[in-house]
Amino acid sequence: MSSSVFLRRSWLAENGALAALVVLVVALSLLSSDFLSVTNLLNVGVQAAVTAILAFGSTFVIVTGGIDLSVGSVAALSAIVLAWTASVAGLPWPLATVVSLAVGVACGLVNAALIAYGKLPPFIATLAMLGIARGLALVISQGSPIAMPDAVSHLGDTIGTYLPVPVVVMVVMGGIAAVILNRTYAGRAMYAIGGNEEAARLSGIKVSRQKLITYALSGGFAAVAGIVLASRLASAQPQAAAGYELDAIAAVVIGGASLSGGKGRALGTFVGALILAVLRNGLNLLSVSAFWQQVVIGVVIALAVLVDTLRRRGM
Amino acid sequence: MELLRAEGLRKRFPGVLALDGVDLTVRSGEVHVLLGENGAGKSTLIKMLSGAYHPDEGRVLLDGHPVHIRTAGDAQRLGIATIYQEFNLVPELSVAENLSLGRPPRRFGFVDTKRMHERAVELLARVGVDVDPRTPVSRLGIARMQMVEIAKALGLQARVLIMDEPTAVLTTGEVEKLFSIVRRLREQGVAIIFITHHLEEIAAIGDRVTVLRDGRSVAEVPADTPQDELVRLMVGRPIDQQFPRERGQAGEPLLKVTGLGRKGVFEDVSFEVRAGEVVGVAGLVGAGRTEVARAIFGADRYDTGEVTVRGRRPTPGDVHAAMEAGLGLVPEDRKGQGLVLGADIAENLGLVTLREATRAGFVDRKGQHQAAAEVAEQLGIRMTGLGQEVRTLSGGNQQKVVIGKWLEADAGVLILDEPTRGIDVGAKVEIYQLINALTASGHAVLMISSDLPEVLGMSDRILVMARGRLVGELSAAEATQDGVMALAVTEVEGPRVQ
Repeated sequence: MSSSVFLRRSWLAENGALAALVVLVVALSLLSSDFLSVTNLLNVGVQAAVTAILAFGSTFVIVTGGIDLSVGSVAALSAIVLAWTASVAGLPWPLATVVSLAVGVACGLVNAALIAYGKLPPFIATLAMLGIARGLALVISQGSPIAMPDAVSHLGDTIGTYLPVPVVVMVVMGGIAAVILNRTYAGRAMYAIGGNEEAARLSGIKVSRQKLITYALSGGFAAVAGIVLASRLASAQPQAAAGYELDAIAAVVIGGASLSGGKGRALGTFVGALILAVLRNGLNLLSVSAFWQQVVIGVVIALAVLVDTLRRRGM
Repeated sequence: MELLRAEGLRKRFPGVLALDGVDLTVRSGEVHVLLGENGAGKSTLIKMLSGAYHPDEGRVLLDGHPVHIRTAGDAQRLGIATIYQEFNLVPELSVAENLSLGRPPRRFGFVDTKRMHERAVELLARVGVDVDPRTPVSRLGIARMQMVEIAKALGLQARVLIMDEPTAVLTTGEVEKLFSIVRRLREQGVAIIFITHHLEEIAAIGDRVTVLRDGRSVAEVPADTPQDELVRLMVGRPIDQQFPRERGQAGEPLLKVTGLGRKGVFEDVSFEVRAGEVVGVAGLVGAGRTEVARAIFGADRYDTGEVTVRGRRPTPGDVHAAMEAGLGLVPEDRKGQGLVLGADIAENLGLVTLREATRAGFVDRKGQHQAAAEVAEQLGIRMTGLGQEVRTLSGGNQQKVVIGKWLEADAGVLILDEPTRGIDVGAKVEIYQLINALTASGHAVLMISSDLPEVLGMSDRILVMARGRLVGELSAAEATQDGVMALAVTEVEGPRVQ
C-alpha cells in the first residue's frame, strides 16, 4: 500500500462525517437550486443551532461513557423558568437568565449525584430526569406557553441583516465545548474516565467529582439551548424540545464519538448536527414528506455508525 | 504418533511480517511447549491453528492430510480447541450450561437439563475437578474457571488442545493441579500445545519445545534442555543474569504499615519499606496481597491500622491523598486498571500529573507532552510515537507506560503488583533494571509477585502472606523457593479471616 493511499484513507477515516457533509451539500446543491443560497444556508444554521448546543453538552457526557436523556426536557424547563421569573414573577431579565441557567445546571447535578453516588446507570437516572424536568415545566407553566422577555427574545434575531444570533451562539458554545474538551482538566479527565474509569480512579482522578462537572455542563448547555429555542419562538413552551435528546445523541454519534466512552470531539458533534439539519432542510426543499424524512434520518444514523464500526474493525 | 504438522507458515500484516516460516510438529499424547518472546509469533501461530487468521503461505496437516482452518467452527470440527488467557465463559450461567454452550442436549425442543447435568459431571470428572455443575461460573476462582474451560474443550472432542499461558494467572499450588490435569489428558492421547513464559515449567510438564524467534521456528529441542540454552535460543543472545538485582544500603523507612486489617479479607498486617529497598510479597493467590496493596494505596478501605508514607498519614480510602503522600500503584490488571487502552501514550503517561499540570482549569499540554517524551525515552518504550494508542503496544511496553506515569509523578514509594506478568524475558529484565534504577535513586518498592524466582531474585526482604495474614519475613540471603512455599501454605491458627 503506497503511503499516499494510506494517508488519504486515514484522512477519510478521521473525517468521515465531514466528508459525508461535503457530499451531502454538493448533492443537494445539484438537486435543488434553492439550497445553496445564503438565506437558506443561514436557515440551516438556525435549524441546527438548538440541536448542536444540546449535542455539545451531550458530547461531554458521552465522552465519559455516560448518556443524558434529559437534555430536551431540561431545555424546556430552563426556558419556562426564565419566562416565568421574568414575565410572571417580574424579575429583571438578566437575573431571570441566571436563574434559568442555574436550573439547568442543577438538573445536571441531580443526574450526576444519582449516577456517581446513587450508582444508578446514567440511562435510568437521566430517564427519570427527562420525566421530572418535563413535568416541572408543565406544572410551572400550567401547560401554556409563557411570553419571553423582549430583551432575551432578541437572541432569535439577526445581527445586521443576515447573521442570525442562534448561529453565533451555536458557534460560541461549540468553541467553549472544544476548549473544555481539549484544554481543561475537566475535559481530559472526561476522556480518561470514559476510556477506563478504574484506571482513571487509580491515577488519582476524582471520578465522582468529575462526573458532577460533566453532567452539570450538559445541563447548562441544555439551558442555553432552551433559551435560544424559546427566543426564536418568542415564547417558552412546556412541550418544546421534546425528543431533541435523541437528535443530540445522534449528532454526537454521527460526529464519531463512541457510546462506550473515551472518544468524541466538539467539531465532530458540530458536523453531526449540521448533517442532520442539512438533511432535513434538503429533504424539505425536495418536497420529501415529513414521514419519509424520519426514515431517511434513521438510515443515515445507522449508516454513520456502521461505517465507523467497520472502519474500527478493519484496523 | 504425529497428529498435527504445520509447514512453512507465513503471515504478513500491514507493515509487519508476523510469521516468516514456522514449522511445528505435534504428536498425540505429548505436551509440546511453544516458547518465544512476546512478538515472536506465538499468538499469530495459535490464531492460525484456531481459525482466526489464515496463512499467506504454508499448510497445516492433521493426521497427514492437509486441512484448511478458515473459521473457529472449522477448528472445532477438526478437534482443535484453544484456551486463551481471557476465558470464553458466560459468567452468569452455570458450569453445566457453559459446558453445553451453543449445543445443549434437547428433548422435544426444550433443553434437557438432566442430560446437560450428566454431561457436565462426566466432563468435570475427566478433568478431575471437583465443582458442582450448578454453580454459576462467576462464583469460581480463576483456576477453576480454567478447568471448566478445559472440560469444555474436552466436550468438543478436542484432540489438540492449545493453552495460551495457562499458568500466568495461577498460584504455585494451582499450577501443580493444572499440571496433573494436563498429564492426565496426555495419557488420554490429547496433543497439548502449551505456551508459557516460565522456563522452569518446561521441564516439569513439557515433552518437546519449539522455540520461535522473530516469526521463525528456530529450534525444536527436548524439554529437559537447560534453561540457559532455552533463553539463548529464544532471545538469540545469552542473558547472563535473569535477575540483575543490585542491592544497596537501605535508608529511612518511607512506608510504614501497622496493624492493617479489613474484616474478612486481611488482618494485622504490619511491615515497613525503606528507601532504596525492594520488599517482595509472596503468597498464594487469594492470600490477600493485592487487597493489602489496594488498601494501602487508598483504592479500597480498611477497618483497622495505620498507613504512614514519608511521615504523613493519607486519609484511608482516598487514592488522591495516597498519591499526594508519594505512593504509586502499578496494579496487577494492567489493561483493566492500569491503562486507558484507547488513549495514546502521552495521555496515559500524563494521567497522574494531569492535576499538577493544570493552572486555572487549563492543562499545560505542551509541558505534559514534553514530560511524556522524556519518560518514554528514559524507559525505552518502543513505539511509533507518543500518539500511538497503548492498545497496540506489546505487554512489556504497556507495563512501562503504567510504571512511567508514576515516574512522571515522581512517586517515592511504588507498589508493583505482579509487575512482569505476561511479559517476555527481554522486557522483564528491562523492568528489573528499572526497579534497580528506582531504588538506587532512593525510591522504595513493594513488589507483589507470584513468580517465586522473581521474588527471590529481586527482593531485599521477602514477606509471605497466607490467608489474609503476614506469616513470615525472610531476608534475601536466607530465602529459598521451598522456604517461601512452606510459609505460603501455612495453615494460620484459627479459622481463615472471615
